[in-house]
Amino acid sequence: MIASNLPALQVVIPLLSAPLALMLRRGTHSWVLAQLVCIAALAISINLLQTVLATGPISYEMGGWAPPWGIEYYVDAVNAFVLLIVSGIGTIVMLAARTSVAKEIAGDKQSLFYTAYLLCLTGLLGITITGDAFNIFVFLEISSLSTYILISLGRDRRALTAAFQYLIMGTIGATFILIGVGMLYMSTGTLNILDLAERLQPLSDSRTVQAGFAFVAVGVSLKLALFPLHLWLPNAYAYAPSIASAFLAATATKVAVYVMLRFFFTVFGVDFSFEVMPLGIILAILAILAIFVGSAVAIFQDNVKRLLAYSSVAQIGYMILGISFATVTGLTAAILHLFNHALMKGGLFLALAAVFYRTGGVSVAHFRGLGKTMPWTMFAVVIGGLSLIGVPLTVGFVSKWYLVLGALELGYWWIALLVLAGSLLAVIYVWKLVEAAYFQTAEGDAASVREAPLSLLVPAWILIGANIYFGIDTSLTTGVARTAAASLLGIGG
Amino acid sequence: MPEYHPFLPFLVAALLAAVTRGTLRSIIMLLAPVVGGLMLLGVETGTLVQYQLMELTLSPYRVDALSLPFAYIFHIGAFICVLYSLHLKDTLQHVAGMLYAGSAIGAVFAGDLFTLFIFWEILGLSSAFLVWSSRDDQSVSAGVRYLIFQVLSGVLLMAGALWIWVDTGSLAFDVIGLEGGAAWLIFFAFGIKCGFPFLHNWITDGYPASTPTGTVFLCCFTTKVAIYAMARGFPGTELLVYIGAFMACYPIFFAVIENDLRRVLAYSMINQLGFMVVGVGLGTALALNGAVAHAFNDVLFKGLLFMSMGAVMYVTGRTKASDLGGLYKKMPITTALCIVGAVTISAFPLVSAFISKSMIMSALIEEGHGIIWMFMLFASAGVLEHAGIKIPYFAFFAHDQGIEAQEAPRNMLGAMSIAAVLCVAIGVFPAMLYNILPYDAPYSPYDMTHVLTQMQLLAFATLGVVFLHRSGRYPAEVPSVNLDFEWVYRRLLPGIYRIVVRTLQIIGDFIGSYLQSWSGNLMAALNRTHGPQGTLARTWPTGSMVLWVAVLLAVFLVLDFL
Repeated sequence: MIASNLPALQVVIPLLSAPLALMLRRGTHSWVLAQLVCIAALAISINLLQTVLATGPISYEMGGWAPPWGIEYYVDAVNAFVLLIVSGIGTIVMLAARTSVAKEIAGDKQSLFYTAYLLCLTGLLGITITGDAFNIFVFLEISSLSTYILISLGRDRRALTAAFQYLIMGTIGATFILIGVGMLYMSTGTLNILDLAERLQPLSDSRTVQAGFAFVAVGVSLKLALFPLHLWLPNAYAYAPSIASAFLAATATKVAVYVMLRFFFTVFGVDFSFEVMPLGIILAILAILAIFVGSAVAIFQDNVKRLLAYSSVAQIGYMILGISFATVTGLTAAILHLFNHALMKGGLFLALAAVFYRTGGVSVAHFRGLGKTMPWTMFAVVIGGLSLIGVPLTVGFVSKWYLVLGALELGYWWIALLVLAGSLLAVIYVWKLVEAAYFQTAEGDAASVREAPLSLLVPAWILIGANIYFGIDTSLTTGVARTAAASLLGIGG
Repeated sequence: MPEYHPFLPFLVAALLAAVTRGTLRSIIMLLAPVVGGLMLLGVETGTLVQYQLMELTLSPYRVDALSLPFAYIFHIGAFICVLYSLHLKDTLQHVAGMLYAGSAIGAVFAGDLFTLFIFWEILGLSSAFLVWSSRDDQSVSAGVRYLIFQVLSGVLLMAGALWIWVDTGSLAFDVIGLEGGAAWLIFFAFGIKCGFPFLHNWITDGYPASTPTGTVFLCCFTTKVAIYAMARGFPGTELLVYIGAFMACYPIFFAVIENDLRRVLAYSMINQLGFMVVGVGLGTALALNGAVAHAFNDVLFKGLLFMSMGAVMYVTGRTKASDLGGLYKKMPITTALCIVGAVTISAFPLVSAFISKSMIMSALIEEGHGIIWMFMLFASAGVLEHAGIKIPYFAFFAHDQGIEAQEAPRNMLGAMSIAAVLCVAIGVFPAMLYNILPYDAPYSPYDMTHVLTQMQLLAFATLGVVFLHRSGRYPAEVPSVNLDFEWVYRRLLPGIYRIVVRTLQIIGDFIGSYLQSWSGNLMAALNRTHGPQGTLARTWPTGSMVLWVAVLLAVFLVLDFL
């Protein structure tokens, strides 16, 4: 009974727990509930991934209504992997939440934070697991609305403008997706993804479908902050509460990238997206611009959260570059980087949460002398930074390796060179932090800062440790990513 | 028995040595080679542990008949070195020493070029710290020069390995053979660590600069790993015979005029390596066995000699022949042990070098290299002169300088005794060593011709030295530093470099002022666009964000409808 309904439970448990968290009112109580829910979601997604890898895709009929009329939940290697990323990061970040939230958010708003967090989790898991194009829009709205709340809970008053801007941009993005889906519905009369894929095959000359494709592409690009549609992202990450930054940076854009993969490869099919439509070249150009502009801007940032946010823009560039190759190796690199980037940014933003907890700020000046006063936190930042650069034995190296391999396979050696040059820019902005922390000394009160509490250090180090572990033992991640890439391209699978 | 990597005990010991001190650290460090050695006894040849790293199939742990003898001697050598350095309180040397010994063992078990490269680099880096551990100006600059050679070797190895991987898709470390650019790169990578002529300066420059204990560590591992790598990758490469013969001969001249006794030993080391390289170059079963056996013995007798000179340096603070003499009264045990080492390196019958060197000499005759054989004979005579007589004579006898001294510490004497006993035991019972040699080539060292040839050679060589000495023609020991080929590295190249730099400076000054204003403008422009308040980084009004959405949609639609 429970086993057969796991796909539904994956979404339903966090959804129903969200109002409960609000009713509990006390921050700590809500946290315990949210933590339990996250762990349950993680357990379910691990189970789903194992099942999918062992027996192939799972199709679940919501309410017993058979697709294509009813809503279908469809789990294959691609989204099982993304489910694991979202619920895994959600769980680990939640471990750190109690300490950090108690410091950053007023007592009466804490249960509100956990409610929004659970709703956001619901939305992200729902987008990933559903097999219905309209359902994607619904969950997108759930996750977006709760994200606006999460961001606006930030202490800085600029958080309100950031949330408002994101609200407008997010709504436009969602609307574009809705318009696109509407056009597809108009042409085919179905909303089920697999059904859509089948019926779109003969319609590749239809102007309506082509326009729908453009709307979906732009809408999704906005949600995943592809350059130059990334403008909402730096402020949103910079002024949100630390925990919200960590959770959103590690999951929200990843889910948007997944939606892009799903639409371009499963719904429209690789032939339509990359041959009828000029997707490959547009994505490649924007991705390379994202890598260079994002990294270059990050170098000049003073606010470290903003610095990491721009670095995210660059890292998203790497994923999109992999997608633009439309080969198994390129997609493997993109899907691997989904996972790997979640580990890096999750770990780094949690370390920033620890820095904020102790020093009360995250500008580069706040990092002065932290190498001495907060050695464990800073060491986590250094390793996370090395992973961002792509140093061997970290996950960053693994994804860059496949990306370069994918470029070379196609004979794009100059793209491979650009990827490597992009890594050099990362060296510069990571070095900024290292220099401040280890080569400058703190002045005044800052010199007496203590190491962060374990409740923040342990979750950060779980993610940083995973950076090393999956950098050495790559069999799990590359295996799943390759299976997922092959199934997206319709090769075996 | 569970499969564990033999690097592990040393890594653990290095980590623990960093945080413990006193007796506990001594016990931990002595245990590492003992535990590792005991585990090694249970390992069978043919053990192969493979591991998948992305696209690469790595075999970090491969045991076969060639790697085992090296692993045995490295464990023995590590034990002796640790025992010898127990009196130290220097954490840096202990940690570096453990990592260094461990990485040598890791390198001989590396089944692929990538793993080999990793251990190759740890080997180079940790040993550079041993050179630096003297902590004086001379050792700092010598250590940097030493590290440059090590890094160069590592870079060549990595480049060659990548090249091979791209060409063949495999990284397996087996016979490479001297064909193609990749093979040459790897050949020179190994060659640098073997001390090839003109690439040897890191040995003669770096080893004497280290501490008394550091030098003992250094002489045991790096070059033997290189001999192993040569024997694995390039057996039977004829070029090696000539290189090896040259290596055996030319250091003799420098060793004779050298004043620093540890530097004499460093030259002598190159000379011994020459014998091994010749053995590898011949490539027959007998010759390879000889090279392996000689490497095995060299760790013991060269270690013994370096230890005795280290003891002298530890007690008196001097190593120059012109400053020493007459120590036999105050350090009788050290003197005796040093003489055992000197007798061994000269390859008298009944000591270990005799049974291994004669294998290489026999193989030379079998392969018809008569002329090279003559050269090697000359080299053997030279060994007796500079290592067999010069070292003990100038350190312990010669003119009594009346130096304040006492016997070396007990742990040093113990370490030296172990090495001395092994030197003699292997010489008396050669089967002990022959049984673990990799190839099947039965050999008996104690027949009439070998013993007679060697005794004649040694007798006449001794006679020659005595004659030169008596007649006053022997080069006097003058306090000086001799530069050999390193003159090119240390004088000529820096000279050229300085001229080039000056020229560049003049040109640079000329365009510098222009560039400065230009780069200033560039930075200002970058700051305008990328700076915290720059165009690309500032918070944009919502309206212009939406404009971008429209632009991108338009791009999609236009490109699509074209």
